[in-house]
Amino acid sequence: MKILVCISKTPDTTAKIAFVEGNTKFDENGVQWIINPYDEWYSLVKAIELKEKDPTTIIHLVTVGGADTEPIIRKALALGGDEAIRVNSISNDSFSVAASIAQVAKEGAYDLIFTGKETIDYNSSCIGSMVSAMLDLPFVSLATHLELNGTTATLKREIEGGEETCEAILPIVVSCQKGMAEQRIPNMRGIMAARTKPLKVIEPTSIAATTTIKTFELPLAKTGVKLIDADKMDELVKLLKEEAKVI
Amino acid sequence: MVLIYIDQADQQIKKSTQEALSYGAAIAKQLGTTAEALLLGNVSDNLTALGNYGVTKVHHINNVQLNTFDAKVNATVVAHAVKKLNATVVVFAHNINGKALAPAVAVKLEAGIVTGASSLPDTTNGFVVTKTVFSGKAFAAIQIETPIKVISLNQNSFGIHAQETTAIVEILDIPVPAPSIKITSVDKIVGEIPLTEATLVVSGGRGLKGPENWGILLDLAKSLGASTACSRPVSDADWRPHHEHVGQTGIQIAPNLYIAIGISGAIQHLAGVNRSKTIVVINKDPEAPFFKAADYGVVGDAFEIVPALTAAILKSKASA
Ligand SMILES: Cc1cc2nc3c(=O)[nH]c(=O)nc-3n(C[C@H](O)[C@H](O)[C@H](O)COP(=O)(O)OP(=O)(O)OC[C@H]3O[C@@H](n4cnc5c(N)ncnc54)[C@H](O)[C@@H]3O)c2cc1C
Ligand SMILES: Nc1ncnc2c1ncn2[C@@H]1O[C@H](COP(=O)(O)O)[C@@H](O)[C@H]1O
Repeated sequence: MKILVCISKTPDTTAKIAFVEGNTKFDENGVQWIINPYDEWYSLVKAIELKEKDPTTIIHLVTVGGADTEPIIRKALALGGDEAIRVNSISNDSFSVAASIAQVAKEGAYDLIFTGKETIDYNSSCIGSMVSAMLDLPFVSLATHLELNGTTATLKREIEGGEETCEAILPIVVSCQKGMAEQRIPNMRGIMAARTKPLKVIEPTSIAATTTIKTFELPLAKTGVKLIDADKMDELVKLLKEEAKVI
Repeated sequence: MVLIYIDQADQQIKKSTQEALSYGAAIAKQLGTTAEALLLGNVSDNLTALGNYGVTKVHHINNVQLNTFDAKVNATVVAHAVKKLNATVVVFAHNINGKALAPAVAVKLEAGIVTGASSLPDTTNGFVVTKTVFSGKAFAAIQIETPIKVISLNQNSFGIHAQETTAIVEILDIPVPAPSIKITSVDKIVGEIPLTEATLVVSGGRGLKGPENWGILLDLAKSLGASTACSRPVSDADWRPHHEHVGQTGIQIAPNLYIAIGISGAIQHLAGVNRSKTIVVINKDPEAPFFKAADYGVVGDAFEIVPALTAAILKSKASA
């Protein structure tokens, strides 16, 4: 069994969101970077759980990014995984990022390719679907559960108002979310081991970007909360009806 | 031509499709072209009535295999249809199936894509789509550089615009590849409106102290006909089912009304709900950060306020 886990670097969930250079760039000043929570908590840990069940499993991590993603990938290796590949490309265009991942995936002949549900910065939820199309593989999105039986995977995926169970023959691409696995904390042994795990850097095949970010904008601030006395619920109902017009 | 994907489940068109149709029709109007819709599989809805949302034609691929969703199969079929029909803009709802499908379709069409669009594209100079980024904390205006454009629309961000017109239904013949997955069971909570489609949501946090206290929240939801949600610690502790968890790591929603009860308003929680039109916060701590993101706030004990609010709603409904 060979698993490829896609790892992306995102600002910490509490990072202050601001923009510079005429609102064309995210202000990275003072920002703490983390592994995208969906990648860390769900897809990576799921891959580790599968390896614990079958120790012959090989886990590779892939990230598309500059050298500044290396601390993130080392942290991911500290949780688990055998080696990492960084595609040396900085891009906000999902198409290009997916093409780089597909390039790595093709060479590695993986049985399972895991992505997170979405990155918490650009919220594209594109990469899994795109990689599956580029490799012509089945795609199960927003998976909450996965079990393997030989080359058959049984998965649960979220649907509106419930869950669907399906079976697919490997290889497949899966986007992971809550339910897939339980969050773990790296231990000292893992951190030490991660230092010597291979981290390969490869160059991307050049591909034209299909999209370009022009500008960023912050939403208008709320004008301020209207406080209603706890014993005047009739007034709140009236406001919701007549002012907000939502009920 | 602008082509809009009709999403269905259990052979019923999803509500989010109506909004996507309205949005696609508005783009078509802006570009001086027509809006048409694409349906895979069979539904019980009246297809000519989809004209109400501004489409002139519904292309229907009536193959029963397509009644269930298979991302790989659907992407192949949709991309084929787009090419056959010469559509230049393809619109999806940014819902569960839309997220699985639209990016794959974009790849097959070598098209640029913007997912989670929040408003109409600016087509005065190129094709620029604004979407929410950083979990609702900012917007990005993104230029699509390719001849074909793919957009998925954030739910509850454009609204449903309807008028009386009918659409022509045409059968479209596209080969359907063999299934790539086998759906073995579907487990749905019956009778509840899925959170992502709900227009009214009542949500509870750790301030409610325990699952045994959820009755007052459920009564309030019932009085409004609202769906229920919760904060992450609440679902982590199994006080409420996991599908109710909203926030950065849970479901992101944008209802017309979000009532937050005993929720502090942590940034990760807000990331899932800050696109709601109106936010009401009930919290005993006047310093709770949620009040900064709220439109209306009530400072006090939820155990007294929530039943009083329910009573006020029932009273107002009875007098209406
Ligand atoms: C990476 C990451 C991702 C996360 N993702 C999410 C997410 O998706 N969703 C999410 O919700 N959280 C998420 N969290 C957790 C988040 O940071 C908060 O810890 C969580 O939202 C707090 O939940 P709460 O408001 O229910 O509880 P608390 O923070 O404990 O707040 C309880 C509130 O209830 C009020 N209260 C107490 N008693 C009463 C009463 N009798 N009447 C009225 N009010 C009362 C208190 O004043 C307090 O404000 C995430 C955290 C991290 C680090
Ligand atoms: N630059 C990247 N390198 C590796 N994986 C990525 C990258 N960007 C996104 N991914 C993966 O794709 C998932 C969805 O990201 P997105 O489609 O950008 O929202 C993430 O959770 C990651 O698993």
